[in-house]
Amino acid sequence: MNETAPIISIRGVTKRFGPVTAVDDVSLDIRPNEFFALLGPSGCGKTTLLRMLAGLEVPSAGAILIDGHDVTGVPPNRRPVNMVFQSYAVFPHMSVFDNVAYGLRVVKTPAGEIEPRVREALAMTQLEGLAARKPDQLSGGQRQRVALARALVKRPKVLLLDEPLSALDAKLREAMQLELVRLQHSVGITFIIVTHDQNEALSMANRIAVMEAGQIRQVARPAELYEYPNCRFVADFIGKMNLFEGRVVACEDARVHIEVKGVGRLALPADQIVAPAPGSEVGVAVRPEKIRLHREPAPEGRVRLRGRVSEVAYFGDASHVYLVLEGGPKISANLQNEARTAVPGVVAGDELWCSWDPNDTLVLTR
Amino acid sequence: MSGEAVDTGLSPAPVAAADRPGTRLNRRRRQRLPIGPLEYTRHWWLRLIVAVTFALLYAPILTLIAFSFNNSRRNIVWRGFTFKYYEKAWHNDSLIDAFTNSLTIALINTVIATVLGVLVAIFLWRFRFPGKPVYEGFMALPIVIPEICMGVAMMAFFARIGWPRDLPWPLSLSSITIAHVAFSFPFVAVIVRARLVGFNRELEEAAYDLGAGQWQAMRDIVLPYLRPGIIAGALIAFTLSLDDFVITFFTAGPETITLPVKIFSMVRFSVTPEVNAASTVLILITIVATVLAMRMQTPSRSEGGG
Repeated sequence: MNETAPIISIRGVTKRFGPVTAVDDVSLDIRPNEFFALLGPSGCGKTTLLRMLAGLEVPSAGAILIDGHDVTGVPPNRRPVNMVFQSYAVFPHMSVFDNVAYGLRVVKTPAGEIEPRVREALAMTQLEGLAARKPDQLSGGQRQRVALARALVKRPKVLLLDEPLSALDAKLREAMQLELVRLQHSVGITFIIVTHDQNEALSMANRIAVMEAGQIRQVARPAELYEYPNCRFVADFIGKMNLFEGRVVACEDARVHIEVKGVGRLALPADQIVAPAPGSEVGVAVRPEKIRLHREPAPEGRVRLRGRVSEVAYFGDASHVYLVLEGGPKISANLQNEARTAVPGVVAGDELWCSWDPNDTLVLTR
Repeated sequence: MSGEAVDTGLSPAPVAAADRPGTRLNRRRRQRLPIGPLEYTRHWWLRLIVAVTFALLYAPILTLIAFSFNNSRRNIVWRGFTFKYYEKAWHNDSLIDAFTNSLTIALINTVIATVLGVLVAIFLWRFRFPGKPVYEGFMALPIVIPEICMGVAMMAFFARIGWPRDLPWPLSLSSITIAHVAFSFPFVAVIVRARLVGFNRELEEAAYDLGAGQWQAMRDIVLPYLRPGIIAGALIAFTLSLDDFVITFFTAGPETITLPVKIFSMVRFSVTPEVNAASTVLILITIVATVLAMRMQTPSRSEGGG
């Protein structure tokens, strides 16, 4: 099997629960050794898709291939994948050691092999000293390590993680993010993580699939997803976004003219845009951190708009400034608090200019 | 109560040297605190209710036990301590027969009712099917149906189908055992079902994911989780069967007397210390069974916390 062959191939998979279609004709290839994230709001079908990979749900239609083999109807206990459950599902009546050993004992692994493999998995997840503990003597983070060790000891081809960090507090979550990435590098297998937290997906994953209403909207690397979302949903879901509705009025060789409601006519460089036909409705979007605020009219060559500050949200390192534009719509801009001062530079009621580079404007046709 | 302890422990200490009047003030203020609705121990009449309740519950039982050692044919006046009536009960063959019957029935009933009850509970938890609420209702009916009706119905039923009466022991106990299983397995099912409500399905799925088949997951994960419920259910089934009178009375033949029925027939002549002795043994067995069951539950209860 060469490097480019997908480790997991999802082909036209649909899952219906009665009248509800949870996953709707999804096709997706996941490469070996990827840290792949399924990202979406709750109820988008990402967990159902993951459970189908684990074999805990059977697709209503379509096929799932793992390492080239069709496993669509194969039960979970005979798939080369293992899962870390959202609740961790650590067996409460077994010690840490027995939890980790369970997956080996239940498939009649030779007794001599069990102990070293369990020790290795415990070492990998930094649980060496806790082997004799019962789960109710562990913290949430430790229980999650047990769930990880228990899955990794099986040496799966793919590790599935269902919202693994959602039950941890913010500090621990950040530490576990780094640790999961480190772990994925050291064991060298594919990780597929389901999450509704975009920061988690952006910071950990090599590639991300954004799901909505049972369908995949975009599959891309984190930076690509953030800077070049392909539709309004992804643009809005990932990070903060100023999103306006507009209509294409003219296309020239170098420039596309778009009439944006409440903002006016923008002339954008055509090479950034997938040539929309004149007359078509498009979304025009720009990220808050791409916007600069000025007391004086902004320099030529930038998109320039005038507005009044309605709110300022202070976050320490940065402030979010909300402007009401002359035409009516609201726009938000990030202001880095670079210099040390306790006096706010911008307060509600200020009349300001905002501007951004036309190249930073996104035009969304979907 | 713990709040009081904290007050007396902490507040005087830091101010003791510098500000004694403050301490006194503090103490006076605490005495005037209104009694909260849950502070049972601070109401004299609630304490009285507790005392009366305990007296009414245990005074008769303690009297029964005490008079089983009474050296008198009558049960009214204390005439001195003796084991005589235990000996007498021990040599009373019909009493020992009844006792053996009771224990045999109770043990067989416990096994069958527990297995049935656990199966029913898992079935009701696991599957959805049309008419499930109706089925659940019918299953729980023996819990609410008056025992006397069950007894009469059982008697009529066994007579109607012509259940053989002159079988050799222990088959002669079959009709009583069947009746006991019929009314006690729903208790097991209800208790085990209640335990299953808190079961995290991901535990079972994790077992599948780790390579277990359905039987293995049931044996390794679900049943250990259910253990406290199964033990409690088995205990209920055992004690229900051991001390059942009404249903047994209607289903027992002349050769198949159980201990409660025997005690009743003895009481009809007179309440002798022998009856007290037999009853005391019955109480003792129940207490021992309960303690054993609780011992078996304790370790796994702390495991369930995770």
